[in-house]
Amino acid sequence: MPITTSESNNAESKKPDIKVSGSLVSMDPSKTKADVQNLNFWYGENNAVKNLTIPVADRKVTALIGPSGCGKSTFLRCFNRMHDLYPNTRYEGQIILQPHGLDLLSKAVDPLEVRMRVSMVFQKPNPFPKSIFENVAYGLRIRGVCDKAFIAEKVETALKGAALWEETKNRLQRPAFNLSGGQQQRLCIARALAVEPEIVLFDEPTSALDPIATGKIEDLIDVLKERLTIVIVTHNMQQASRVSDYTAFMYLGQLVEFNETQKMFVSPTNPLTEQYITGSFG
Amino acid sequence: MAIESAEKAGPKRYQRARQGISTRQRVTEGAIEWALFLAGASSIAITVGVLSVLIYESAGFFAHVSVWEFLTGTQWFPQFDPPKFGILPLICGTLVTTAVALSVAIPVGTIIAIYLSEYAPHRLRNILKPVLELLSAVPTVVYGFFALSFVTPFLQLFIPGLPGFNMLGPGLVMGVMIIPYVSSLSEDAMHAVPMTMREGSYGMGATKMQTAWRVVFPSALSGITAAYILGISRALGETMIVALAAGLEPTLTMDPRQPAATITAYIVQVSGGDLPHGSIGYQSIFAAGLVLLLMTLVFNVWGYRLRKRYREIY
Repeated sequence: MPITTSESNNAESKKPDIKVSGSLVSMDPSKTKADVQNLNFWYGENNAVKNLTIPVADRKVTALIGPSGCGKSTFLRCFNRMHDLYPNTRYEGQIILQPHGLDLLSKAVDPLEVRMRVSMVFQKPNPFPKSIFENVAYGLRIRGVCDKAFIAEKVETALKGAALWEETKNRLQRPAFNLSGGQQQRLCIARALAVEPEIVLFDEPTSALDPIATGKIEDLIDVLKERLTIVIVTHNMQQASRVSDYTAFMYLGQLVEFNETQKMFVSPTNPLTEQYITGSFG
Repeated sequence: MAIESAEKAGPKRYQRARQGISTRQRVTEGAIEWALFLAGASSIAITVGVLSVLIYESAGFFAHVSVWEFLTGTQWFPQFDPPKFGILPLICGTLVTTAVALSVAIPVGTIIAIYLSEYAPHRLRNILKPVLELLSAVPTVVYGFFALSFVTPFLQLFIPGLPGFNMLGPGLVMGVMIIPYVSSLSEDAMHAVPMTMREGSYGMGATKMQTAWRVVFPSALSGITAAYILGISRALGETMIVALAAGLEPTLTMDPRQPAATITAYIVQVSGGDLPHGSIGYQSIFAAGLVLLLMTLVFNVWGYRLRKRYREIY
């Protein structure tokens, strides 16, 4: 038999066997920033996220882990309605943004408004073909802000918040492409911070970066969580254990286990979680 | 199963490879390489040939008319006695018709490109784009006749006193002809902008229009510049439309309502037999051609430099 297909065969055969431990955390409702309730997501006929219920703690880091194709990025992109950009996609269930109880997935809610409150940092740094300054000012400009002094102040705050100010303060008008990969990614973080979002989504933000740049981003996440809620998708187990407070392990679109990161990495309750964390599959 | 049979077939294939390349293959390879080289070299040879003919014939012309007089003279009357060879009126006619054409082609072409790339559903785009490209398949003589017999009379309704021959009508029609060049290439450039760029913008809460103008357009600027430059070159070199509808009257004017002659139209006129073969007047078309070539060269070099400056880095 060809070896290449054995893995997927295995995955197929495992499919019915997933024992879902689900959420092992009972969270005080006043401490959540978002409540994901019975979330299902479809690409056409493909049910990529299945019946997910997770609390997202306020001003904490929630990590989503799982093997490639398990739906963790798809799930992350539900938070800012990124799927609305593509045809044939469908959400079901709710993501309730606290404290006001706004359902982010409701048809009545404009995705633009959602994205203004829930920013995103992507896998590959994607600065715009503009100056460093204009990249960070972008979110303000598209909101129609014209006050120069105000924009300059916000840009400075955001760059400081992304630990990029010292490196860029003397060359704000230079093209963003001249920055290194790690700097570009911090610029994208600054861009996301400039509009003062409530939640920032990180989609494998360090997978294109070297270890030093990765370290800087991880340090940054540590600082940011003092004032923001962060949801991060990562392939890197060490990263998840280093930066996150809560971890959700997903497999084949389902939530297998959700727990405090410490507990999950020390004593996973689900055998599948243990196998994945210890690296025996995925 | 498939892999097993491939494994069986494998060693045999490798055996053949190990025997080395056969003489027949070697000869074919060599012949192909030569054919490719000749194809590449021919384009250079033709360019050099055209240039040398132009320069050689122009040299004959400049033996009679000084370069200074040629470049600064404001009158172009080759049939007069003594003839006047000041190229400025022709350059002026060329630039004015080109400007009129671009004022149509660049905005319309760009907007079409943005619509096709950012707004149109995939299927509509696949239908519209080829249909639009048909515009450039219309023979230019048809466009010229269209300018002369439809557009100019139509414009005369709004612009009283507009002469039957003018630069505005053919300029506008030329613009329509160039639209597909601009829109098609610009659309290609915008379509090639990676989705992550757009997602970055949408992720900030931007609208479609903001994303298209502020992110996709500047990201594709190098390709769009190339499209504009191609449009300019096309307008500068366009012959039939202006020869038919602009009047063949070398006039030094920036007013598009006036009749004028472009460099290309003049060349057509003389090649058509207005001046005897071998006369100075006849040689003047080579000098005029040389000027046109230099003009398009300047634009191409400029476009090349812009393209390098705004090269996409993603």
